[in-house]
Amino acid sequence: MQRAWGEYSCEGFYDELMVGPALPRAGCEALAADIDALGPDELAARQEAAEASIKEMGITFTVYSEEGGMIDRAWPFDVIPRVIPEAEWRRVESGLKQRVQALNLFIDDLYHEQRIIKDKVFPQEVLAKSVNFRPQCVGVDPPLGIWAHICGSDLVRDRDGTLYVLEDNLRVPSGVSYMLENRLVTKRVLPELFEHYAPLPVDDYPSQLFDTLAAISPRPAEYPEVVVLTPGIYNSAYFEHSYLAQQMGAELVEGRDLFVDSDDCCYMRTVDGPARVDVIYRRIDDLFLDPEAFVPDSILGVPGLLRAWKAGNVALANAPGAGVADDKVVYAFVPEIIKYYLDQDAIIPNVPTYRCMEPDALAYVTEHIAELVVKPANESGGYGMIVGPAATQAERNRFVQLIKKDPRNYIGQPTLGISTVPTVIKRALEPRHVDLRPFILTADRQSVTMGGLTRVALRKGSLVVNSSQGGGSKDTWIIPEGAGEQPRVEAAQAQQSQAQG
Amino acid sequence: MLSRVAENLYWLARYVERAENTARIVTVNANLLLDLPKGVAPGWRPLVDITGANTLFEEHYKDYGERQVVRFLLGDERHSGSIITALAAARENCRTIRDIVPREFWEQINGLHLFASGELTKGLAKTGRHPYLRELVLRCQTLAGLLDGTMLHDQGFEFLRLGRYLERADMTTRIADVQSANLLPDADGGRPYDNIQWVSVLKSMTAYQMYRRSEQIRVQRGPVLRFIFKSPLFPRSVRWCMEHARSGLERLPRNESSLREMGRIARLLDHADLPALSQFELHDFVDDVQLGIANLHSEIAATWFPPPLVTEEAA
Repeated sequence: MQRAWGEYSCEGFYDELMVGPALPRAGCEALAADIDALGPDELAARQEAAEASIKEMGITFTVYSEEGGMIDRAWPFDVIPRVIPEAEWRRVESGLKQRVQALNLFIDDLYHEQRIIKDKVFPQEVLAKSVNFRPQCVGVDPPLGIWAHICGSDLVRDRDGTLYVLEDNLRVPSGVSYMLENRLVTKRVLPELFEHYAPLPVDDYPSQLFDTLAAISPRPAEYPEVVVLTPGIYNSAYFEHSYLAQQMGAELVEGRDLFVDSDDCCYMRTVDGPARVDVIYRRIDDLFLDPEAFVPDSILGVPGLLRAWKAGNVALANAPGAGVADDKVVYAFVPEIIKYYLDQDAIIPNVPTYRCMEPDALAYVTEHIAELVVKPANESGGYGMIVGPAATQAERNRFVQLIKKDPRNYIGQPTLGISTVPTVIKRALEPRHVDLRPFILTADRQSVTMGGLTRVALRKGSLVVNSSQGGGSKDTWIIPEGAGEQPRVEAAQAQQSQAQG
Repeated sequence: MLSRVAENLYWLARYVERAENTARIVTVNANLLLDLPKGVAPGWRPLVDITGANTLFEEHYKDYGERQVVRFLLGDERHSGSIITALAAARENCRTIRDIVPREFWEQINGLHLFASGELTKGLAKTGRHPYLRELVLRCQTLAGLLDGTMLHDQGFEFLRLGRYLERADMTTRIADVQSANLLPDADGGRPYDNIQWVSVLKSMTAYQMYRRSEQIRVQRGPVLRFIFKSPLFPRSVRWCMEHARSGLERLPRNESSLREMGRIARLLDHADLPALSQFELHDFVDDVQLGIANLHSEIAATWFPPPLVTEEAA
């Protein structure tokens, strides 16, 4: 195995595809051999073909340009898939369901009796300082008692192979459309890889999403009116909003398309007159959702929407206020939350986390900031955090001051050696760090995407996978046991016997 | 169909039509001036008069010279009626409704916008102007053809047609109003070159050849006015546009008030004895028709479009 793999080395990190130089993981032998058989030139050509496909298919995301305008960028994608064996995935899947089930109970409790606080499992002061707790939602009973219908949890794998949950996104997690499109692109540009593998299909997500949304409709109708509410064309995830609406056969609406009438029902303005809306998959943050209830000068939202939701005349997914659990300090309590509500141990562990609100933890974090990653409680997209080992002393000092000013707002975590996947860089394969964002749907039943969106930090050595900061993505394959054990290339067979010997 | 989508479709069609019409009148005027002696030629000012944007023009340009007027009409981003601005607006209206129009249409309108701005310098030069404008007109026609031939002829399609025909009828009335003001109403070929200017009125609507076939009479004021306002067969005449807009309206729900407004315009056209009108009377008549079209637009907007935004700034 010399041609495509060249000098590929895992550099001390856990590589998802290779155990060591020229040594594929069990189940990945045929994949490694197929990649090898392509050779470096062909690989580079396929990578180009993928980029061309993405442009042609119009898969874009929007970024703020330096000139202040908005530009549509082609979605960065790497052709080498990331592989997860089905057995491992099934365990992850049940872990994610467990987690979201507990989080929904937690949110519902916070807006009702707050038993978890009374029982001193979760500190009142964390809730008191939560920026995503919405007093307007206290006492509301959303359909089925579910608040977070769509959750995107980020997973990372450390050097020793352990998968951790890094964070839970319960507000408006995005990326699922790219997960779906990545599979299409891979099929298009690397069909040979599918000769030995049949990765489990991902494409029933839109219909599962529709079923989830339909299940919370206030009117028991066969075809409830489900709409996707977008902030508009200039939002970075607009592509996804329009993609999901199209795939579900739902209307893509903006705030001004909707209104709440004096009957406390929500309607959309159509050419035929007002049409009652049952379920809104909203991709607008809480605060902009309803100028009457939240930020008064927001024109993205719909005046009176919260009123209609409280009256039970329209369902909102996710429910307003669900973001209270989307807080990195709350995250640190998730194992306790699971234990408290479900009386179970967490199936997928949290990354060990220092809560700076606790004096010992604060002292540890400020002393060891050079080894830690420190994050603010309520930022996303990789903003406002510091990666200790990569920062200068001045930056660390400045950050310590920030933490001391508002300890409740920060958590510290050890810098993980997050895993890598081979990635086409020019004409060679090099390891690049990845994470994984599966999406968990919850209503009358739960489902998890088959795999999720693998995000990859395309810059050498970088750990930041966000697309707004130089990240790309990969197709994610969940492969049934026994797949790919019949490698096509003899050289790879030799490697395999070496591995066994 | 969402009201917002209907509105986007309507404006998309209006802006494409506006760009095409502007390209046509610039082409024709350039040709006309080559045929007329200096003293007689009305110059370039009438083109700005047609758009009605004289105040804006005079703010930014010191005279109605060829270079200034052509720049204003083709490439001035401050002018909402310039070809560049109209096409940019058409593209913006299309962006959020890409799922409604055929994919090819989005690619074409994107390409047209790129062409119009990328080749603008050539279009502003005397030698490059003709091919530039010809290409623009051709591409606008392609857009219309794509929609007619590949899009669902559903409610959304009716809004496209409404936008197209209202804009076209409005432009026809403007051309008639401004150009005839420069010509003596009762000069039966009395003044030299009057004839050629009536020919150019027809040509700005690509109506000359069709006038010849339809009217079989020499080009003179009365028949020309009748043709461009009342021909039931010529697709740029006001009557034709209104008839087709009406058949679209009839397929839409809650169309009573719009149809009433449409009826008013139709009666106005029916009762006018155009050849007998003096220039002043003609001007009043055109005003009435334009007001009718504007009222029709307001009815359409009030019935089917979302209410206008109240707040200016986005959060």
